[in-house]
Amino acid sequence: MKGMTIKAALFKLRAFIALIFIFSFFAFTADAFLSSTNLIILTKHVAINAILAIGMTFVILTSGIDLSVGSIVGLCGMIAGLLIDKGLVIEFLNVVIYFEIWVIVIISVIVGFIFGCINGFIITRFSVAPFIATLGMLYVARGFALLINDGATFPNLIGKEELNNTGFPLIGSGTFLSLPYTIWVMFILALIAVFLTTRTKFGRHMYAIGGNTKAANLSGVNVNGVTLLTYGLSGFCAGVVGVIVTSQLISSHPATGTTWELNAIAAVVLGGTSLMGGRGSIGGTIIGAFVIGVLSNGMILEGVSSFWQKVIMGSIIVLAVMIDQLQTKFIEKDD
Amino acid sequence: MEKILEAKNINKVYPGVVALDSVNFNVYKAKVNVLVGENGAGKSTLMKILSGVEKQTSGELFLNNKILEINSTKDAEENSIGIIHQELNFFPNLSVHENIFIANEILNSHKTINVNKQISLTKELMLKLKQDINPNSRLESLRIGQQQIVEIAKALQKKTQILIMDEPSSALSKNEASVLFDVIKELTNQGVTIIYISHKLEEIMQIGDVITVLRDSKFICEEQISKIDIPWITEQMVGKRSFESVNDSQAKIGNKVIEAKSIYLKKSKSEEFLLDNISFNSKSGEILSFYGLMGSGRTELLEIIMGLIKDFDGSIYLENNKLSQTSISKRISKGIVLVPEDRQGQGLVQCLSVLSNTLLSKISKKISDFFLNSNQERSAVNKAIDYLGIKVSNSDNLITSLSGGNQQKVVIAKALETNPKLLMLDEPTRGVDIGAKQEIFYIMKKLAEKGLSIIFVSSEIKEVLAVADRVLVLAKGKITKELTGSELTEDSLVKHSQG
Repeated sequence: MKGMTIKAALFKLRAFIALIFIFSFFAFTADAFLSSTNLIILTKHVAINAILAIGMTFVILTSGIDLSVGSIVGLCGMIAGLLIDKGLVIEFLNVVIYFEIWVIVIISVIVGFIFGCINGFIITRFSVAPFIATLGMLYVARGFALLINDGATFPNLIGKEELNNTGFPLIGSGTFLSLPYTIWVMFILALIAVFLTTRTKFGRHMYAIGGNTKAANLSGVNVNGVTLLTYGLSGFCAGVVGVIVTSQLISSHPATGTTWELNAIAAVVLGGTSLMGGRGSIGGTIIGAFVIGVLSNGMILEGVSSFWQKVIMGSIIVLAVMIDQLQTKFIEKDD
Repeated sequence: MEKILEAKNINKVYPGVVALDSVNFNVYKAKVNVLVGENGAGKSTLMKILSGVEKQTSGELFLNNKILEINSTKDAEENSIGIIHQELNFFPNLSVHENIFIANEILNSHKTINVNKQISLTKELMLKLKQDINPNSRLESLRIGQQQIVEIAKALQKKTQILIMDEPSSALSKNEASVLFDVIKELTNQGVTIIYISHKLEEIMQIGDVITVLRDSKFICEEQISKIDIPWITEQMVGKRSFESVNDSQAKIGNKVIEAKSIYLKKSKSEEFLLDNISFNSKSGEILSFYGLMGSGRTELLEIIMGLIKDFDGSIYLENNKLSQTSISKRISKGIVLVPEDRQGQGLVQCLSVLSNTLLSKISKKISDFFLNSNQERSAVNKAIDYLGIKVSNSDNLITSLSGGNQQKVVIAKALETNPKLLMLDEPTRGVDIGAKQEIFYIMKKLAEKGLSIIFVSSEIKEVLAVADRVLVLAKGKITKELTGSELTEDSLVKHSQG
């Protein structure tokens, strides 16, 4: 912040200031808002969106977009459900393998990572526009999620003692230091992501690719490799969310995650990351996710009709980007 | 001769740069008025003012002896001044007539586009230009020469009386150029005034009527073309000023670093060669310069060596080892690096800091380098800033907050961070002020003395003469001459670059 005018600094922190403002507003006007139960529920909701938005931030920083994360959430949840409920059926050997829970978690998350990498591969290898490639994956992954159990859900995923695969619900309901695991996962992933974006070559190359792909390429940045990996990481985050949500519900539904990609994009954009790439931060994204979470939680407590909630939410997203545009002009003038 | 347009004492000041310094420019009716000058002499700025893209800081314009205020491109258009830019502005996906009438569509009584009228008017225009172009063809299906004719037709359709053409022949083949010259002749016969900017001196002699020379943002002279010859133009353009020469005969020239053998590159969508059997080598400790006009294939040659262009024929050797089709990052790690011509488009990442830009190319072999060490980074960048004399208060500042010359030094610093054996600089002084130019030359010399092989591309004669140990002159994709020592003169460079 050195050498920056107070005005510029305030502008830079605008999302955070907006969050504090919204938070205080509900703290004063809605009675239940500040109760620890409500705050924990709120944060748990935020965490789901925030984890998706972390992966989305990587992608958007390289000036891409990932529309498939919602479907990948559903797919990974179904895979976790399948492995717990029916195990891995290898037909020609006539065997069924039941894994321990930690293996199932890893497999589900890896599936998310692989589907993300497929996005990245199609985008980099065949020069397909990210919007199109991930739009296709939105359908494909959802289709697979539905195919896994013929459109049905896997209910009651508590496992069986004799199969040694119990304990899955604990991921969604367990706590550490009286905070749910979900919140800790968000916290840890966010820290890793902040580190990745600010302290590693990989992170700097993401910004370079989003800022000027040609210059990055000519500078020897592995443009295709880095881009592919960002989609892989976005898929990974979707896999994590898939596991967490399935565990929270103790069942997996093939329709889980429908339109969640849009919430994630909204959080990223509210956090000040430019859809043109090259500008933005993980911190901003987390704040963006909280803005969305606090708003919807607060509005529910205030008794705002859910129809109006949508109108307000949409307006705020557009408003935030309008302010971003002002900022671009503002900074250019400042220099 | 009747003056139609006159610019008097035009000044244009950009922050930190004087682009035009009380320039006078007379334009005569129904003549081809040629404007020449080296890159950065102020030609483009003057044309931007005439066409309403920029506003002069001070000075006056007169049209038919009446004072003329141009505040926008629309003002220029209303006063029948039109411009055809060097990079053509058209819609490749639309047809010829749609392009000609874009934003100016002919409507019928139902407020829909009157396609038949547009087509018939386009046919009339083409008849006037004596060109056979189908009004329904898509622009992308036409050859560049024909696309240019469409641009001219578009200007005529707007009743343009003064048509500015900025290097219209630079992308044209010889046949296409002669078609263009016929069109220009036809236009002046019909009373249209042409302002013609070009670097090709022979064609200026062929089609020009009056010549105006700009140099270092100043008006130098105006003369009838019939009274002058090419050496006169060169002398007026280049002037007596020169850079302090940095080349010296005692340069320690070592082993071959890069060698190219029989490089051929085809123009896109054409059977013509952009590079036609190019072979050369460069040695350590040597500053080798490619001199040639725009479109002579200089940039493409460097891009082939860098690995940006892959579909060429021929082979390249680095220290006698053949370079196979390797990625750019591999070539960088082998010691080849390019400072590109297009600084904003290919050189810099605008949204990153000076520090991040400087270190972007640094190729790491150690896995521990995956993590950035901010102390190490800072000290490396500070060293580079000192070494190159980059003026920046804090390396965390955005790259765009620097002046052109300092931005260019950052691009050079980025290249040097890779520890290169071969440093290629493509027009490194473009958009850089004179002081910074001289500094860049000293840096190049210093690096050559350290044993780097340097390839320097420039279209400015004085620069080439000031820094190059050896010059290869390129014209139309061929090396027309190799010059060293006392053969290196302005005249010989100009002569051989005309092809």
